[in-house]
Order: sequence, then structure tokens, then C-alpha cells
Amino acid sequence: MTHNPDLTSSVIFGLGWLYLLLALMNIWWTARIMKNDPHRDKEAAGWGAYSGLLLMAALAHLTGSSSPQHFYIRMPNFVKEFIDLGAAPVPYFTLTMVLFVGVILLRKWFVKETVGWVLLNMSVLFLTLSMTDYDFRQIVGKPDNVPIVSMLFIVGFFTWLAFKRAVDNDERRAAGRPLFEQEKNDKILVWPDLVYSELICMVVVTVILVAWALLLPAPLEEPASSAQTPNPSKAPWYFLGLQEMLVYFDPWMAGVVLPSMILVGLMAIPYIDFNKLGNGYYTFNERKFAILTFMFGFLPLWVGMIILGTFLRGPNWNFFGIYEPWDAHKLEVLNNVNLSEYFWIYWLQSRIPTAPAGADEFTKIVFILQREWLGLLLCLFYLAVVPFLLAATIFRSFAVKMGFIRFIVFSNLLLFMASLPIKMVLRWSFSLKYIVGIPEWFFNI
Amino acid sequence: MASVGEYIRGSQIWKSIFRHPAPIDRRNRIVVMLTNFFLHLHPVSIKQQGIALSYTWCMGGITFFLFLAETVTGVLLMFYYRPTLEHAFNDILALRDVTTLGVMREMHRWGAHAMVITVWLHMYRVFLTGSYKPPREFNWVVGVLLLVLTLLLSFTGYLLPWDQLAIWAITVGSNMARATPFLGHEGPGFQLLNIGGFDLITNASDARFILLGGRFVGEMTLNRFYILHCVAIPLVVALLIAIHFWRIRKDGGISQPL
Repeated sequence: MTHNPDLTSSVIFGLGWLYLLLALMNIWWTARIMKNDPHRDKEAAGWGAYSGLLLMAALAHLTGSSSPQHFYIRMPNFVKEFIDLGAAPVPYFTLTMVLFVGVILLRKWFVKETVGWVLLNMSVLFLTLSMTDYDFRQIVGKPDNVPIVSMLFIVGFFTWLAFKRAVDNDERRAAGRPLFEQEKNDKILVWPDLVYSELICMVVVTVILVAWALLLPAPLEEPASSAQTPNPSKAPWYFLGLQEMLVYFDPWMAGVVLPSMILVGLMAIPYIDFNKLGNGYYTFNERKFAILTFMFGFLPLWVGMIILGTFLRGPNWNFFGIYEPWDAHKLEVLNNVNLSEYFWIYWLQSRIPTAPAGADEFTKIVFILQREWLGLLLCLFYLAVVPFLLAATIFRSFAVKMGFIRFIVFSNLLLFMASLPIKMVLRWSFSLKYIVGIPEWFFNI
Repeated sequence: MASVGEYIRGSQIWKSIFRHPAPIDRRNRIVVMLTNFFLHLHPVSIKQQGIALSYTWCMGGITFFLFLAETVTGVLLMFYYRPTLEHAFNDILALRDVTTLGVMREMHRWGAHAMVITVWLHMYRVFLTGSYKPPREFNWVVGVLLLVLTLLLSFTGYLLPWDQLAIWAITVGSNMARATPFLGHEGPGFQLLNIGGFDLITNASDARFILLGGRFVGEMTLNRFYILHCVAIPLVVALLIAIHFWRIRKDGGISQPL
């Protein structure tokens, strides 16, 4: 592989603007603390010193870009090696789940303004320092990937905002005070209040769009050629979560059945959520199950898997660390085993039932069913019996309030959603390929 | 200056267009909402929380505005772009390098990406404020349909530059259709659809073939995606947006129980 320099003059100069932005943000933050809480002067002094450091870093970048090889402000190699060392799907999903559960459990701490500001600073600094790495720049700097990076920050911000409002309302409820949304909720005229907000919003969006369009050229690669398949071939970025599911499911599940279930499930939400509370205000405590389920689907599964598919999947859909070069010859051992092979070969120590050569169609079907009976039974059990087990145990009150049909629909949608993490864990822990593997009928689960 | 403004607003032409005096007093601020075609989407008055930015995030409105921006830039692009194998790529190249206001293409592409994100955030907000609860259940369903159509709009538009990025993204994306149960020639159950041992579902008749207009991404695909992208899907989206907005009004505003 050819060696590319991590830093070039133009990169250093460009990063200078990012540091300048960060410095200005923190000067504003310092001023805000000094204005709002004069007694937090020590904290303000800390932020002021930090802003000064950032300003110096910005100056160093903007003026000292002439000798890139002697430039010291860069991501330390031991950090890069440490992060790439853990680069595999299991640590990635573990980390996203820890983050998700952590935010939920520590939400009262997470929604503090200072905590949010520190997290924002840390993530921008991490991004800025990482940009000093050549391979990181290759993948994050791709024009079509820029929206995904900004989406990360935007989704993070709005999750923070929603939790802030929810925690506030839950505390108000506990203290018997009116909800935030019920205070100051008089009727006001649409002209001028709403109409002007809309106008300002349109102007702001237009300015952002024009600036974005002028600064960042839209991607245009080589002319289309059906003879040259790029490696990796990726779907548009918003479908990369679905493409990532192909690792765990066959196309008919990952590309057709599960996406359809996502859409049906989304449309069914208003009809299966019987909880009357939480209509028209932010809350967490009053709708724990609904919010946890939706957020689990949106954050770690949907957004998390788009991040994974975009930034961490390279040639041959292999997993690559964020600082790792995309080596098309990287080998990953794939020796996944079907449940039927586990059953017949490992456990029964016998041969897999196979129809004798020249058998008629009916005999073939019987042999296939015999081979896969355990997996078929498990799937049937999962979709037909587990709902009743759930109704009798943890979802007893749900089942009573929902009625039979609604509960069956709800539990099946939930089980389809759960099938993805279940299949992931099975793959990671037992190298399980298919629970039901009937390639003869393209029927693999 | 003030008198010039007053003269214009008092003129017969102005009055014939706007049908009401300037909205500077309470009465006319109400009248303007009722008599102006564009403003009558709104109610006359609204709960204060219903327009608080930290509550609504304004994502639905931004999505709609981006849809309008996509329509305008899209129409302008259609003047320059020809959806044929011969011209498609070169026309995009010309938009980048030669055409005045070729930056329309950048605006169109980044606007499309932004629209996908704002739709998600709009749904996120609607979910977290429980705004899909009665009486707004059906409008949530309309919203999910709009989400699907937004993704399809973006997906069909992805092919049009006809570069490597475009055809391979669409190839990967549409390969899924091959595995549709019963209707894809590599999907489970397609063998059941046969008459006297003759398969009805082949690689020249399955779901993917219908989507692409061929066995692989080619000229007919470009044509199909162009029509879907520029005519068919936007028409459906416009209809659904109209229903979506109308239902917001009829269901009593963006959220809170009636």
C-alpha cells in the first residue's frame, strides 16, 4: 500500500478554522456564565482559559501550516491504535448499547447544560483531532458522508433537548406543579408570531443550503460502467442500516420483510399505544416503554447501523477501524454454521439427512423438512407461542388493556424487531449462520 | 417613504390582489389569515406552546420548505438534464463545470439529504411529544407514507447523475427486490407461482425487473427512475402533504388533546 502523509498544509489550515469556531463557541459560553451566574466565576475562569488554549491552537494551525511533518497537534498514535484495536462489530454494538442505556439511566445528569456542553466540546475535539489522520479523512470527508456527520450532532442535540424537557416535566409532575407546556399557554395570533417565525426559518434554511452548496461540491465519480464493480458497493447512506442487516439475514429478510415490518410497525404505533398520557408534552416517566422501544429502534439500530455501514464497513463489507486503511485484501474468517449442522453433526454425531440421488420431489421435501425441523419449530415457537408467554408474564397488563388481536399484532411486531439483536448475538456467540437454512427454496432465516 | 407605502397599499391594484388592508391592527391580523390563499393553511390564533421552537423543533416546516426548494431547483435542473445514457453524465458534468447557476445541483442534492434527516427528526419529535395519540392517529400514518416517499424520492434521484456512485448504489439497493417473497426470482416461494412447471417469476418478470425495466440497471432504469423522481412520486407527495396539513388543522393543531 502506498504511504500517504497524514497531514498536509491545506488540512492544517482548514482545521485552524474549526479550532477558531470552537474557541469562539467557548468564549460565548464563558460570557454566558459570567452574565447569568456571576458567582460561578471560578468555572468561568476555567472556560476562559480553555478558550484561550483553543485560540492559540487556532493561531498555530492558521499560521504554522508550512511544515506539516513537524506539526505536533495531531491525534496521538497510541489513541489511534487503541481505538482500531477494538474495531469489530461486537465492541461497536456494545459501546452503542452502553451509551444508550447510560443516557437513559443518567438522564438527570446528562441533561445539565454544562454536561451537554462538555460532551459537545469533546465530540468536536475528537472529530477535529481525528481529521489529522489520513484514513479518517478519506471516509469522513467523502461529500455524501458529510450529512451523516452533521446528522450525528443534530440527532445528539435533539435527543439531549428532548430529555431535558422530559426530565423537567417529570420533576414538575412529581412536585405537583403544572407542566412546562401548560404554563404560558395562552392563545396568540398567528400573524405576526408564527408567520414571522416561519419566514425567519425559511431565510435561515435557505442561507444554510446556499452556503453548503457553494462550499461543498456534490459528488460526481467516473461515468457509470457496469463492468467495474466498486468495492465496497454501498447503497445510498440512509439504507446502509438495511445493508448492514445483510450480514445477519438473507436479502429476503433484510431487504424486504424487515423493512416492511418497520413501516407496518411505525404505522401501527398509534393503534397499539393505549397509554393516554404524554399527549402534547415531553415526558419520560409516563411513557417509559413506548419511548424506550422507539429510541432503541431509532438510535442504536437505525442511526447506529447507518454509522456502522457508512464509516466502518470497507472492501468486501469487512469491518475497519476509523483510522485503518481500507485494505481490499484484509481477510476475515467466515466459518458460520447452520443450526441444522449443529443439530445433526455436533449433537447427534450423525449425517445430515439428504435425499438420495434421483429422489422425486415429494421425498426431497420430506428430507428438507426433516433436516430443518428444529429451526422451523423454533421459528414457529417464536412467532406463535412466545406472544402468549409474554402475555402471561411480563406483558400481562398490556395484554389485558390491549385485547387479543391488538396484543398479537403488538407482540409480533416487537418480536420482529427483537429478531435482529437476537440473530446478532447468536452470530457472535455461536457463529450461527441460519436458524432455518433451506437454500433450495431461498428460504433462510 | 411612509406615504409611498400607503399610496401603494391604497391603490386599486394592491387591493385587488390582497383583499384586505395591511395587517397592522388586531382586526386585520385576523382577516389576513382568513382571506389570503397561502396563509389560510394556518389557523387565526394558536396556543403559545404550539409554536415554541424548543417544543416543535420546526422540523416538519423545514421538511416542507425543503420539498419546495427541491421542486424549484429540480425544475431548473430538468431544463438542462437529459435522462439518456448518451447525455445524462455529461449534462451533470456541464452543470458542474460550465452552466451558470450549476450550483442548483449542489443545492438539490444537499437539500435532498437534509430533507431525509429533517423528516426523521420531525417523526422523532412527534413521537416524543406523543402527538400521534388520538385524534391524530391517521395523520401519523400519512406521515409514515410521506417518510417512505421521501426516501424513494431520494433513492430514485440518486441514479440520475449516472456515475459509478449512482448505478452501483441503485444496483445494491434494488438487488433486494430480487429476493421478494413470491415475487422475486431469488425469493422464497417463487417456485410456487408456476403453471404446469413453467415459472411465472423469472429474472425477466420479477419485482426487480419491474423496478428496473430490465435485468440490470440500464437505460430503461434511468427512464423509469427519472419519471418516478420528477413526476410520479412528487405528485403523490404533494397530495399527501395536502392531506397531512389539512388533517393537522382538522385534528386540532400539531399536538395536545382536543
